[in-house]
Amino acid sequence: MSLDRRDFLKTIGIAGLTLCTPDILKAGKSKDSDIEFRGMLYDSTRCVGCQTCETLCAETHGLPPPVGELKAGVVRKTDDQHRTVVNCYNTSKGEVFIKTQCMHCNEPACAAACLTQAMYKTKQGPVIWSGNKCMGCRYCMVSCPFDAPKFEYHSANPKIQKCTMCFEKIAKGGIPVCAENCPAEAIKFGTRREMLTEARKRIVENSKTYVDEIYGDHTAGGTGFLYISPVPFSELGLNTKIQNESYPELSKGFLYSVPTIFVLLPPILLGIYEATKKNQTHENNENE
Amino acid sequence: MKTMKTNNTALPLSRDSSKQSIFKFVLSELKPKGKIFTPFNIISIPIILTGIVLIVIRFIYGIGSVTNLSQEVPWGLWIGFDVVTGVAFAGGAYVITFLVYILNREKYHSIVRVTVLNGFLAYVFYAGALLLDLGRPWNVVNPIIGNSFGTSSVLFLVAWHFLLYMIAELIEFSPAIAEWIGAKRARKILSGMTIAAVIFGITLSTLHQSGLGALYLMAKDKIHPLWYSEFIPVLFLVSSVFAGLSMVIFEGAISHKVFFKQISEKNQTSQKGIVLGLAKICAGAMFAYFFLQLLVFIHQKRWDLIDTPMGYWYLLEMLGFVLLPMILYVYSYKKSNITLAKVAAIITMLGIILNRLNVTVIGFRWDAAIRYFPTWMEFVVTLTVIFTEIWIFRWIIKRMPVLSEPPSWAKENK
Repeated sequence: MSLDRRDFLKTIGIAGLTLCTPDILKAGKSKDSDIEFRGMLYDSTRCVGCQTCETLCAETHGLPPPVGELKAGVVRKTDDQHRTVVNCYNTSKGEVFIKTQCMHCNEPACAAACLTQAMYKTKQGPVIWSGNKCMGCRYCMVSCPFDAPKFEYHSANPKIQKCTMCFEKIAKGGIPVCAENCPAEAIKFGTRREMLTEARKRIVENSKTYVDEIYGDHTAGGTGFLYISPVPFSELGLNTKIQNESYPELSKGFLYSVPTIFVLLPPILLGIYEATKKNQTHENNENE
Repeated sequence: MKTMKTNNTALPLSRDSSKQSIFKFVLSELKPKGKIFTPFNIISIPIILTGIVLIVIRFIYGIGSVTNLSQEVPWGLWIGFDVVTGVAFAGGAYVITFLVYILNREKYHSIVRVTVLNGFLAYVFYAGALLLDLGRPWNVVNPIIGNSFGTSSVLFLVAWHFLLYMIAELIEFSPAIAEWIGAKRARKILSGMTIAAVIFGITLSTLHQSGLGALYLMAKDKIHPLWYSEFIPVLFLVSSVFAGLSMVIFEGAISHKVFFKQISEKNQTSQKGIVLGLAKICAGAMFAYFFLQLLVFIHQKRWDLIDTPMGYWYLLEMLGFVLLPMILYVYSYKKSNITLAKVAAIITMLGIILNRLNVTVIGFRWDAAIRYFPTWMEFVVTLTVIFTEIWIFRWIIKRMPVLSEPPSWAKENK
């Protein structure tokens, strides 16, 4: 019996240590108050579709050059070899360009989904991936509402590919290559707060040019990448059905119920066990 | 084929501890018993060999070389069927151990070992199948050894629970192994751990059966609204009860035909009462499940979704594969009809496959331009996993006291 209990307590103890701490919000919130999340602002009215960002992104990260023709109505997608893609849509205001890449959510679903913390939100803002932790389960891809993480399906040593906001560069005070080299100045880099202010300023000053909305301000709990545009975002292929609450919030309720069940269920079961044990002889005569 | 002469002994022989060393005994037991060219072997051997080749290809050229998985659909048949559905079917172990050890329903005692063995093997193989789906399987220990705990992840919880539950089930089953190799002292110690392992195992099962559903909570925009709700975890948990028990009924029916020689006389006669008892529990669990589904349906105001192809598909699942088998189960125990219960078990199992695949594969990205459909290779690998598990199951049944009576010394010890 003593061994019984010891084993029981030991296992409960291990489980308690490892399973009872769903600190889901930690993924998203920076504790260093002096460091602010960086963000990027993309202005669809300025983009001319030169694809400089695509080409330079590929060069910087050692990926193959962009493929497919940039043509109105043709939707190209980011994949495991192309971290960013510019598309052109026929809209109510004529042809409008839009760049797609990882949105760098404030509370990223991919990071909350990752069971090894291979995908994580840095305190500078970018959401990045580390290969020595990732086990390639692709749960980040299942969870991301923007389908940002891409997986190298044809590799024996596959990596997750997605925009890193040029983390190595900005950690040293630099600017992401796309923002640095955009000839039309359609992409701007700074703190997320500055980007939001800038976006609002542009919308207020040119209220006829822009729709009065910032994509990413609240989408999925707020994203590091922000869009402003001359037309509603649904015309530009952006998913406007994405909820305004963060995605990790969706599994939070379940995760918070885990420690409760873990603590309460075993004693209940033990209680039933003790209660039914004495009636054992009667049980046999009873019908099920 | 040379070992045929040992085959005339019907019941598995346990080692007589005084005469033989454990090592020699286990070595001799490794040899196959029984005929090689049975219909099952003829079908399974070529499939397993093909599967092994495909697995080698997969590890050399990447997952994309054998599967149809895409950037939009990262989880396919291997997760949706092997893991999510397989684990639901393995739910019988926690329900039966709950009945026998916690509620002290002695009636079901004779099927505890075989159910726990089934559950254990299901976890080993179906959770093992997860390794095939991992892009970087060499990092699989990362969430366990503690250098990177992703505690905010539902998958982290599921991974830990799989591991711990396998250990719990191994402890629950271990007395049978001890009886097989004739380790009397070990058996006594291991038997003493059973109740702790059972309580721990039930708690783990509650959480990871629901956890498998909770995995899909963040895929809110990707799953068809008829199958997505915040209640997926609860629905998965409740349905695992009758999924597991239906599997127990189904597996019992087959075992009674295939392993007739191994099953003790006492167990053969008690079979009817067990099946009818399980049918009753299934019917109850299915009623709760159906009612929950109905509540979710009404609360989420899904009426306008019904008159669509996916809506008809949903109705088929709910009426044809939940309500119908539930009624059959009720009839089977009212009329004491075992055959009806077995039919109900098969329909229920098909319904579980349907439900799990609807959440994980069919309803996942239901609106995509290019739908995911598994390659033949994904099917072959899935069959390889199932067949290999059956091989191991058969190997154990024929050797250890699972369906048969434990050796006499084990009973005296009790």
